[in-house]
Order: sequence, then structure tokens, then C-alpha cells
Amino acid sequence: MSLVPLLIPPSLIPLADGEPGNRVLTISLFSAVVAVTLYITWWASRQNKTAADYYAGGRSFSGAQNGLAVAGDYMSAASFLGISGSIALYGYDGFLYSIGFLVAWLVALLLVAELLRNSGRFTMADQLAFRMKQKPVRTAAATSTIVVSIFYLLAQMVGAGSLVGLLLGVKSEGVKAGVIILVGALMIVYVTIGGMKGTTWVQIVKAVLLMTGTVLITFLVMLKFDFNISKLLGAAAANSGKGEAFLQPGLLYGKDLVGQIDFLSLGLALVLGTAGLPHILIRFYTVPDSRSARRSVQWAIGLIGAFYLMTLALGFGAAALLNTAKGSPVETSKGNVASPLLAESVGGGAGSVGGSILLALIAAVAFATILAVVAGLTLTSASSFAHDLYANVIAKTKPSEKSELRVARFAAIGIGAVAIALAIPAQKLNIAFLVALAFAVAASANLPSLLFNLFWKRFNTSGAVWSIYGGLISAVVLVAFSPVVSGKPTSMITGADFAWFPLSNPGIVSIPLGFLFGVLGTYLGKDRSSEARYTELSVRALTGAGAEGVTKH
Amino acid sequence: MRERDARAYEAVHDAADFTELKRRYKNFVVPWTIAFMAWYLAYVACNNWARDFMKTQVIGNINVALVFGLLQFVSTFVIAAIYGRFANRKLDPLAAGLNAKYKRERRR
Repeated sequence: MSLVPLLIPPSLIPLADGEPGNRVLTISLFSAVVAVTLYITWWASRQNKTAADYYAGGRSFSGAQNGLAVAGDYMSAASFLGISGSIALYGYDGFLYSIGFLVAWLVALLLVAELLRNSGRFTMADQLAFRMKQKPVRTAAATSTIVVSIFYLLAQMVGAGSLVGLLLGVKSEGVKAGVIILVGALMIVYVTIGGMKGTTWVQIVKAVLLMTGTVLITFLVMLKFDFNISKLLGAAAANSGKGEAFLQPGLLYGKDLVGQIDFLSLGLALVLGTAGLPHILIRFYTVPDSRSARRSVQWAIGLIGAFYLMTLALGFGAAALLNTAKGSPVETSKGNVASPLLAESVGGGAGSVGGSILLALIAAVAFATILAVVAGLTLTSASSFAHDLYANVIAKTKPSEKSELRVARFAAIGIGAVAIALAIPAQKLNIAFLVALAFAVAASANLPSLLFNLFWKRFNTSGAVWSIYGGLISAVVLVAFSPVVSGKPTSMITGADFAWFPLSNPGIVSIPLGFLFGVLGTYLGKDRSSEARYTELSVRALTGAGAEGVTKH
Repeated sequence: MRERDARAYEAVHDAADFTELKRRYKNFVVPWTIAFMAWYLAYVACNNWARDFMKTQVIGNINVALVFGLLQFVSTFVIAAIYGRFANRKLDPLAAGLNAKYKRERRR
């Protein structure tokens, strides 16, 4: 079947052979995404007056709006293209990432979202600094916020370079670098001009586009298989050339005991990392109260869950309908082009008008996804730099709100520039592990201190500092000496071997270490002054008494 | 100002309703967190160490592994809904009352 409306002007009919789809159409849709998001940013900028507007969107988003934005922040190109691609290549095992990513939201819902909303203001550090010594705690929390965000950002930006290259059918390194610079420049514009309000609306638009695009392709795939899941799975298994094994565990993870422990370690980091990701945590400050924070997470769970269920149809659909053999575009792109090529195939195939339109549409959705996620990450790091480091550590006297916001905007430019400068050379390296590492650091450094601070009266400044640095350093050091960095042909650095830690995922060691360091630091620090304000923190966290409200203009 | 805030927080903290709010919250989140973590880790462990069980066919090409994975989705949706209902009914009214008490205490 084909989706050919006869109204399509002939200029949109695909031209070049060997090129994926129609480049003119793809570029037009990309430009439309950029135009819409820039308009939103400009519109939001006129409403940004106070610090609460810039950092927290005036705390005036509804639960449903913020739920869409949370989903938009969370569903990166890595999950949109990566998970469906991984299913297309490895079948059932490709699906496992998404389960950890989803279950993780229960940790955020039950233990973190509402309490954080009530007890914090703008950044993750606010909640710790509530009852501890400002300087050491804010420095530690800002360090880990910026490290996690930069890891995540690099993975997204390098992905953007190669992805846009693939979608536009260009191979030149110069064009990829150009794309990275363009993406970086756009995210700086969104964040400096639009602040949290602009960024949140960009996330909402992106989430709607992503869900719509995914529903459409899922529907077309299921239509081909008469809405029969078993038939889809059977066709996928047969076409993959791997037969039954394609639908069973074991093609990607857990080939031997080390691999099995590694998979368990990954599972732990995924399920515990989400509730410690700074760019997710600061989303809870954009709503008026804890009830709306709860609604946001419920919306996010519904949207993200529905989305990951649809990636099953996309992934197995790609396995059933596309060529995924060695040397095919799907295989050489590590699965990243599976969804776009699937869209082309269900739209009528390569060269058809319907196929080109759907391919361009999905490519534009992927592009919007990348832009939104990098903007969220840049805002998080810039806020933490200005609000935690500049206002409370670097500046000798408390700066005015105006100068703090000026620093936040400069910090966004600085962080954007650093991300661009790191992403361009990183293109040649295999840095796919950075997303998993960001989750591992979030689970090892941020989650222990957040939970201890909320639930353990005795927890103190040195406990927080030890647990953040301890978790952060152990996760990063273990990965630096693991096979993902050296010692294997697929490592980031080839031709050297200093890997003594056998697992690619540090979580199983670094998460317990993060908690242990928190306990050790607390008792060795001996300081008990933080207990005095625990009464206040626990009352505020549970009841919302004295929590920051909506800004009024 | 700060002192008045601190006194108001103390007063809320000492209220019987606050002890009850804390008790209800803990009695909900502790068992449910243990339950969903155990259920998730059981799934991860079965992928590693119970592959023959996971390979068992259920209907057509759908095997236990896929059903177990889909059940993780179901349990996440259900627990999120149960918690929302519980928090709306059992936590929010107490929290609202205590919040009002805090505002009264601050004005004293």
C-alpha cells in the first residue's frame, strides 16, 4: 500500500538514487522544527522576569503539561532510535533497556518527586543545602550535576552529528561537525533566551511530535501484520536469520558469567539512575505543588510506557521488513536508522512518495528529539553553575537575582561551547556507553545523598560530600578501567589495554559504594548541626508547608 | 522571622496528624518499593539464569520472556495508579490540614 496523496507537487518526488528519501523535504521539515521551537523560545522570553521564571518556568505548569515535558526530556534519540534499532538487531534483548528505564519511574514517584518539589527551589543541590553547610554541599552537587549532564549531552550531540548525516545522506566529517555546531548553537539560544519556560514548551512540542510519529508508524506496521503480535514476531524471527533465538534472552547480554553480572549491574543503574538525573529532578520545580508533581510523574509513566511498548512494534517491524544482515544500513548504523527506514518501508518503500514523506517526518521527529533533550541538559548545568556555584560559592557577597541570571545565561553559552568542542573530536570514538555511565553516576552519586537527606536525620554535610564524590569517582574510575575504554576492538581507545575492571557497567559496585560513603562520611564527620533543621525539612517535604509557590506577576 | 518559622515547623512536627502522615507514607512506600524492586530484579535474574523457563512458548510465537517483560509494564502502571489513589485519599487531606496549621502558627 502507499500513502500517495495526488496533491503532492512533483518537486517533492524523490530525486537522487541511493539517497535516503528526499533531501529537500527532509531539510524543509527540519527547518520547520527549528522555526517552531525558535518562535516558542521568543514567546517564552517575554514572560521571563524573575529567577523562578527563568529556572522553574514560574512553577505554573500543570501536571499534564509537565508530564509531557518530563517524557520529552527523558525520551532521547537514544531511546527513540537506539532501542528500536537494538530490537531490530538483537530482538528480545534489545527491549530490556526500556524496561529498566520505565520501572525506574516508580522510584521517582514514590520516593523523590513530591518530597523534592516541596523542599527544593531550583536545583538538585537546594534540597541538600537546606540543612547543611552551603559551600561544600553545593560544590559537590553542582560537580556531579554538571558531570552527569555533560556525559549525557556528549552522547546526544555525537549522535546528532552522525544521525543527521545518515538522514540527509551525507558522509562528510565537515557536515557532521557543522550539524553539531548548529545543534549546539540552537540549544544555547533556547536556554539563554527561553529559560525553563521556553525549554519546557519545546519539550512538550517534541513529546507530542514523537508520540504522534510513533503511533502512526506503529499503526502502519501492525496493519501489515493484521494486528497480530505473534505473526509480527514470527516474521521478525524468520527474517532476522536467527530464528527462535531472536525472541529469547541471550543475543546481546549475559553470554557468560561476567556478562550476566554486567547485565545485572546495568539493570540496577537503569532502575536507580532516573530518580537521580538532575535534568529530570529540576522538572519537578516547574509545577505549583506536590500534587501536580505526582500527576506529572503519572503522566510521564503513561507516556513513556506507551512509547516503549510501541518501540517493540517498531523494532520487530524493522527486523521483519528490512534487511538487517551484516553490511546493511541498519547493521552498520548499529540500528540507529532502523526506525527511519522502517517508516520509509511502511510508507510505500524507497522511492515512493509516501515512503519519502514518512522518512522525512520521522527524521524531523528525531531531530526535534535531539534538540529538546540537549536544551534540557544545558539548562540544568547552567542553572546549577549559576545558582549553586556562582551565587553560593564563588561570589563573595550574595549576588542580586539579576546578576545571578546573567551568569546563568553566560554559563549556558559556556557549557554549550564546551559540549561542541568535546563532541566534534569525540565523533571518532565509540562513546555509546556515556548514557549508561550517566545513569550509573546518577544512581551512585545523587540518589544516595537525596534519599539519606530526606529519610535519615543523622545525615550531615560530610556524609553528603563523601557520598556524592565517592559515588561519582567510583563510577567514573571503574568505567575508565573497564573494557569500554580500553582492551577490546570495540573500546573507546583502541590499541591499549589498562582494563582491570571486567564489567562495562559499574553500578553493581559503585551504587553500594555511594551509599556506604554516605554512612562513613556521616559518622566520621561527627557534625550534628544538620539534625536541627531535619524537623523543618521533613515537615516541609511531607506537607508542603512553606514550599515555594507559583510566581505571580 | 526565621525563629517564627522554626517554631511553626516544630508545632507541626509535634502534631499527632504529622506522626500519622509519616506513618502512612512509610507504611506505603517501604513495602511497595521492596516489592517492585524484587519483581524487577527477578525479571533481570531470569533473563540471566532461567533461560529455559523464559523460552517456554505461551501462545504462538509469544514466550514467557516477552510476557514477563510486558508484565513489568503492567505492574508499573498499576503501582503508579494505586499510589496516586492512596496519596489523594490518605496523604493529601492530612498534609493540607498540617499546611494550614503551619500558616496559622506563623501568624501567631
